[in-house]
Amino acid sequence: MLPGVSFGADSDAGFAAEDSYPSTYQPAASEPLLLRNATVLTGTGARLEAADVAIRNGRIEAVGVDLPNPDGHTEVDASGRWITPGIIDIHSHLGVYPSPGTASHADGNEITAPATPGVWAEHGVWPQDPGFTAARAGGVTAMLVLPGSANLFGGRGVVLKNVPAVSYQAMKFPAAPHSLKMACGENPKRVYGSKGQAPMTRMGNLAGYRSQWIKAQQYLQSWEDYHNSDDEDAKPPQRDLAMETLAGVLRGDILVQMHCYRADEMITILDLAEEFNYRVTAFHHAVEAYKIADELAAENVCAAMWADWWGFKMEAYDGIQENIALVDRAEHSCAVVHSDSAEGIQRLNQEAAKAMARGNRAGLDISAAEAIRWITLNAAQAMGIATETGSLEPGKAADVVIWNQHPFSVYALADQVYIDGALMHDRNDPQLQAVSDFMLGQPAAGE
Amino acid sequence: MRILTVIIVVTLACCSCLVSAQQATLIRNATIHTMLETAPQQNSDVLIRAGRIVAIGSGLDVDAQTRVIEAEGRHLTPGLFAGITQLGLVEVSAEQDTSDAAFASNSMRPEFSILPAYNPASALIDITRSEGLTWTLLGAASSGGQDAGMGALIAGQGVSLDLGGAMTLPDTGPSVLFVNLGGRAAELSGQSRAAQFMLLEQAMREAQSSGRQLANEPRLLTVTGREVLATFIADGRWMVQVDRASDILQTLAWAKRHDLDIVIVGGAEAWRVAAPLASAEVPVMLDPLTNLPGDFDQLGARLDNAARLHQAGVTLAFSAAGMDSHNARKVRQLAGVAVAHGLPWHSALLALTRNPAQLLGYTQQPGTLSKGGPATMVLWHGDPLDVTGYAEQVWIDGETQQRPSRQQLLLQRYLPQNPPRARQFLH
Repeated sequence: MLPGVSFGADSDAGFAAEDSYPSTYQPAASEPLLLRNATVLTGTGARLEAADVAIRNGRIEAVGVDLPNPDGHTEVDASGRWITPGIIDIHSHLGVYPSPGTASHADGNEITAPATPGVWAEHGVWPQDPGFTAARAGGVTAMLVLPGSANLFGGRGVVLKNVPAVSYQAMKFPAAPHSLKMACGENPKRVYGSKGQAPMTRMGNLAGYRSQWIKAQQYLQSWEDYHNSDDEDAKPPQRDLAMETLAGVLRGDILVQMHCYRADEMITILDLAEEFNYRVTAFHHAVEAYKIADELAAENVCAAMWADWWGFKMEAYDGIQENIALVDRAEHSCAVVHSDSAEGIQRLNQEAAKAMARGNRAGLDISAAEAIRWITLNAAQAMGIATETGSLEPGKAADVVIWNQHPFSVYALADQVYIDGALMHDRNDPQLQAVSDFMLGQPAAGE
Repeated sequence: MRILTVIIVVTLACCSCLVSAQQATLIRNATIHTMLETAPQQNSDVLIRAGRIVAIGSGLDVDAQTRVIEAEGRHLTPGLFAGITQLGLVEVSAEQDTSDAAFASNSMRPEFSILPAYNPASALIDITRSEGLTWTLLGAASSGGQDAGMGALIAGQGVSLDLGGAMTLPDTGPSVLFVNLGGRAAELSGQSRAAQFMLLEQAMREAQSSGRQLANEPRLLTVTGREVLATFIADGRWMVQVDRASDILQTLAWAKRHDLDIVIVGGAEAWRVAAPLASAEVPVMLDPLTNLPGDFDQLGARLDNAARLHQAGVTLAFSAAGMDSHNARKVRQLAGVAVAHGLPWHSALLALTRNPAQLLGYTQQPGTLSKGGPATMVLWHGDPLDVTGYAEQVWIDGETQQRPSRQQLLLQRYLPQNPPRARQFLH
């Protein structure tokens, strides 16, 4: 249970409402495992040679060299292979913009008003999206599925375990905080401005955020007044889905994932957060984050970025391939590599490798042990699940990938993918490769 | 201090462009992929002068004036093919004024050529070339939707050209004709893909008919359009963008009926009809990353599409889906992923060099390294197909890049820590 959720829309649930549409996720059955003799990138910045990873009850039991095996863990020979934490994507639209991308599947953008904080991405997730399976084959064990960026306030995102399931509830990451997706810049003003509606300008964007936060402050106050009232007959305020989300942010229960490209806009958004006393957890896309790397680190704000996307719109014009490395350089920084793509999520290891190589070419001296954090622990931190996953540390969930070679090679493939200690994908065993309902009987099955 | 060194190196690299094209350069002790043999030449040298390759061999003798670059065993390849792109046709995709990428026409206009819009000063050219991609096929695109009409079935002509960046009218390869078929093009053809072939046949018949024969016929083409289409029917290369296996079979049958020289572009399900493609000797230009059913024409998309086609004997070239131009540099990663899923490494490199040059008839850039041929080549740091490898030096006709790219300048501006003045003074 998250802190500070003991009151809100009703007496039991907070504004984060994590008790609604609750997770029904259950880890698949697993056995005690001892993965032997691999090069291990722990996700905490360490690289261990000829090391072992012990797993028991779905948790990491130990990581080290020559671990004893007194009680008969099943041993897996990982000689010559590499082990990393499960890969985590902080920016995905799998399920809400699934494959095939038919019009009837487009459930990721509620483009009906610039402020729709009351919609939840999870209510649009189609669990049979074949993209989930493809991402699992790329080592992805968890992801944040977000609404799109047409709106200033796009709605809530949901953290999913990347397991095959019939309902999204069975994928929902237990106890993960909710996130609010917000968007800066061109998208909201283009979408609504082109209809002659607000926002038409970046001025309008800011006015739009501020007016909603003012309402949210009032909403929060009305509930606090109600709870603090001595009057036993006091009536609770009317519930408001949109305001519940924003009040959840103001109370610190809901994280803010802010789509924002330009450096100057990110600085303005930090001022906005200060004005209304909330925290921006991460800037997403953050194409110009390298221009304000020190400021972001000082504010303890993560930046989630692409390795090389640029130029598709004006606010992406100054994209450089060293963005991630330069953000990472600042002390206490939190650089994250994200996909925002059903293709990219399958190869986040390669995206991190590209960013590392460009940083090293610029003289920044980044090791694979450090760079793996961009797609594991740093992502987990910005999703509020770092105590549970994101690194190979005793006690954490055994979300683990065994790669056939250095994961920062274009030729690397994930051999085995474990989620909570259960083998959820094996490259060499078709019986251990899930097929979504949609793909049954389709030609991709091969001949 | 290290940071400072990097900046100096970048600056020096720029100065190297001042080396006269007449001065000879020797790249010594490289692993040379001429793409004319199946194995690279280890510990070999290449001597270039006046834009051409003078010699390839071991232990070449040179005079004192020759500039020598020690390759220390690194890979030297022909300049890579950037795929079908809109390099020089678009600056910022979402800004309509900067994009000449797609032609919205209500009628079929095979005479439309994208070439006059090409701008060698585009920021994208420097950025792409610095990544080791030296040439591209400019793609002609039709904009779909209500405005396009059935005309966009034939999207117009594209050409291949070098990304030299000089402010001259470019030398190009022969024009190729782009045709869109399949589900995505159904809106261009009365909502039925069956009508696509009907319309193509009608247009071809028109092109081969006299004005008098057409007197009372409803027409699809202008007079110029008929002339242009007739030349492509007689002797031209058709780039047919199509994914679904059954559509590819129909395309092969249509091409055979008219004895057309075609290339399948996209081909997400091409592996399902690999044998007929091979026996028809029709090459496929594909994106090896296409493995999801993006639409119902791609239900059979697989990561080993390239490997299976190669196994069947189909000639391959690589091109990112959707004519990705800003990130055209990603095409090396596409090739690497194809290798990870079963394509031999050498075949993947062929798909970025000799194969596209041959299938496009591009003699300006044959995609090979040979004595007397153009010195259009790349010296690589690491593996050219790997994501951690990168182009260290790029030559087009013997010339290295004239100017740093915008992205290199932005890096130089933001790399130093705690600059004494505003970074805008750093340039």
